[in-house]
Amino acid sequence: MERDETGGKHRTVAERRSDRELVVRRTFDAPPRLVFKAWTTPELLQRWWAPRSSGARLVDCQLDVRAGGAYRFVFGLQDGRSMAFFGKYLEVVPDARIVWTNEESDEGAVSTLTLEEQDGRTLLVLSELYPTKEAADRSIEGMEEGMPEQFEQLDELLPSLG
Amino acid sequence: MVQYSSPGLDASFAALSDATRRGVLQQLGRQEASITTLAGLFDMTLTGMSKHVGVLEMAGLVVTEKVGRVRTCRLGVRRLEQEAQWIEAYRQMWETRFDALDGVVEDLKRKEKTDGAR
Repeated sequence: MERDETGGKHRTVAERRSDRELVVRRTFDAPPRLVFKAWTTPELLQRWWAPRSSGARLVDCQLDVRAGGAYRFVFGLQDGRSMAFFGKYLEVVPDARIVWTNEESDEGAVSTLTLEEQDGRTLLVLSELYPTKEAADRSIEGMEEGMPEQFEQLDELLPSLG
Repeated sequence: MVQYSSPGLDASFAALSDATRRGVLQQLGRQEASITTLAGLFDMTLTGMSKHVGVLEMAGLVVTEKVGRVRTCRLGVRRLEQEAQWIEAYRQMWETRFDALDGVVEDLKRKEKTDGAR
């Protein structure tokens, strides 16, 4: 299901780089500092991490974006449940690199975001390194259950948000 | 005896519950092998090894091909196909987010231009 460029969008590429590592890449038509800003500002993060059309809303968002700082998002879901994501930042290089832990589970990944400027654009690379192969497997398997139809619908709705 | 007829992961996990069968998969991960070779490696009778390979085959983890009197075994495709589907679901999740992030970044760009013009 490759998305072509007709919508003016850049393609998102995902691969399993090793037993323990998942990597996603995407280019944005903006300099790294803007992508960094959208990633580290709660009000902005809320707009894309869980888009409005998903029915989830951010009920709590705390980001202390510096090495050793903690973050915590709590999303309220449509069915009344909520979902928390939390961890801490291990490394923060403004406009270029963020490394953080995902501590919702014992086998959470360490995520590394890098933003590289290329002719005024940004090449974004996000790596998620799991402690074991099994943890990576389980993470991907869980995704398969949660995503498919829901996200296909979302895909159709998203262009109207842009 | 072979008794795993349910498709999908259940069969895979059942097939993987046995140490010999896991060893066979590891071995086939390195290179394909005949049942005779496998039986020798695992110090088993041909019949015993055929049964193990049969379980792995039904789970889609191994495929076999008989040429003459030799049945050659190699890793099956199911596991890889499933993984490809998982990766695609993962990709779609991020694509959804990144398409929305595009919108946010465009807003920031516009705002900077407006602010800069003041």
